[in-house]
Amino acid sequence: MDEILSVKDLKKYFKTPKGLLHAVDNVSFSIKRGETLGVVGESGCGKSTLGRTIIGLLESSGGQIFFDEKDITRPSGKDVMVLRKQMQMIFQDPFSSLNPRMSVHDAIAEGMLIHKICSSKEELEKKVEELMDTVGLARRLANSYPHELDGGRRQRIGIARALSLNPSFIVCDEPVSALDVSIQAQILNLMQDLQEERKLTYLFITHNLSVVKHISNEIMVMYLGQVVEKCGSKELFAHTLHPYTKALLSAIPTVDLDDRREQILLKGEISSPINPKPGCRFASRCPYAKETCTKENPKLKEIWPGHFVACHYVEEINNGQEGEK
Amino acid sequence: METATAKRNSQAKETMRRFLKNKAAVVGLIIIILLTLGAVFANVITPYAFDKQDLVHRFELPSASHLLGTDEFGRDMLTRILYGARISLFVGILSVSVGCLVGGALGALAAYYGGKIDNYIMRFLDIWHSIPSLLLAISLASAMGPGIGNAIIAIGLTTIPSYARVVRASVMTVKNTEYIEAARCLGANAPRIILRHIIPNALAPIIVQASLGVAGAIITTASLSFIGLGVQPPTPEWGSMLSKGRQYIRNYWHLVTFPGMFIMITVISLNLLGDGLRDALDPRLKR
Repeated sequence: MDEILSVKDLKKYFKTPKGLLHAVDNVSFSIKRGETLGVVGESGCGKSTLGRTIIGLLESSGGQIFFDEKDITRPSGKDVMVLRKQMQMIFQDPFSSLNPRMSVHDAIAEGMLIHKICSSKEELEKKVEELMDTVGLARRLANSYPHELDGGRRQRIGIARALSLNPSFIVCDEPVSALDVSIQAQILNLMQDLQEERKLTYLFITHNLSVVKHISNEIMVMYLGQVVEKCGSKELFAHTLHPYTKALLSAIPTVDLDDRREQILLKGEISSPINPKPGCRFASRCPYAKETCTKENPKLKEIWPGHFVACHYVEEINNGQEGEK
Repeated sequence: METATAKRNSQAKETMRRFLKNKAAVVGLIIIILLTLGAVFANVITPYAFDKQDLVHRFELPSASHLLGTDEFGRDMLTRILYGARISLFVGILSVSVGCLVGGALGALAAYYGGKIDNYIMRFLDIWHSIPSLLLAISLASAMGPGIGNAIIAIGLTTIPSYARVVRASVMTVKNTEYIEAARCLGANAPRIILRHIIPNALAPIIVQASLGVAGAIITTASLSFIGLGVQPPTPEWGSMLSKGRQYIRNYWHLVTFPGMFIMITVISLNLLGDGLRDALDPRLKR
């Protein structure tokens, strides 16, 4: 299977008065066509920045991005317009990602107007109606304004807007985290159906682990701008290797009263991403941290086929677990 | 909305419909139109000349021949007010346009580009703002000579910083919203983003500021005329009529009351119009 997107050592630093903020630091991964890569991590770990840098809303500070085997790290003006049609984004907050003064029709039509996709007004109307049908919006809502609609419908507008240019790759930046749980499921199902129909590839950013398990083929766990673990979706939940991922997964709430799993409580605060010290970024909170951890930055190693972990002592930590299996 | 395919209404039509629903705003608009017509056709409406003195009929109270009475030189008040509307409305609207356009452009630039450009523009405007506005108007008027044109420039220039501030603040809030990012993501260029997304959403406070600004400009013209640097007598102007009439306020109330009332009516109408316009442009307030 071919890779639609691959990212090599991508960096995004922000200049702040206190120093250089390493929002995304040496992130490498690739996504196969038609699959979904879930990116999880706590707030401020650089997941959204990663998505925005890939799509070109932010300029990268280093590294390379390849789309369809073409380097798109610093695209020319002409290439940008082509890329916009191929890569789109679904935003987190359906309340703020829609212009309150544009009707549903105008919001969906905007992309097609910019790229002059339709030759006539009638064709545009037809395309907008088709898109509204596709995402499950009643046609009578075309003249409505976003404030008149609920969160689920608004997010459907956002999806229709992203689909309007017929992209092959979509960055989904927490598309359901602002919605009610019942509506979350609807939107997720819609997105999965669309993926099958249109052979879409998703980069799915979220902090909700149950959502990411539901929708992803592969999962990438980020901590402070770096990838700590990356493997298949099932594999991650079955054989968690990195101490951070373990803590993260143990924090998923369950409704099973008999399930008295031991929660791994992380002590301390997330360390500052501004001018980070060398060494593992998780070291200050890691229950297994040793001296090496504060000196050397662990590299992402392939522990099992397809299972990557960035930890110096991953084998030691997981020895006990191996025996149990 | 007849069938499943809803009839599409254009944005302008929708706005118009919402505006016409607002009774107060329509009243404001009608008054402004009447005043403008009165000003434009002043020479047709009244049989008197604005500078024709009639010393026999000084200080006459309102009557059938002089609807609003006469002033200290026996000139017809209504005639002078209508002619004065030419100057007052002209000065008010033009000086606000100067302030709004220049200040708005500077504020929008500062907010849109941010960083150093923002800092340079805003610090420069801070210095600008620290100069007392009347003093600046006086020095401009005395340097370039008294007259309406210079009064307009002077008033426009002094109001630039306040417009720049209002525009900058509202553009900044709009600029950081996700829908601007979404538009960029669709490939919208800067002019499209500014025209279709930023301006419509940043307009409300500017309209309010501008409709109040017209009133302020009329008052400032009055003060300039009062110290002899604005409109030169015998040209009538509401502000100067007010200040002239002030001397006779104890005995002849109508000399100050009528010009004052016209200033008040104009200001209220403009405010109603501005409010209505702001609401009509906002689909969230659709009723």
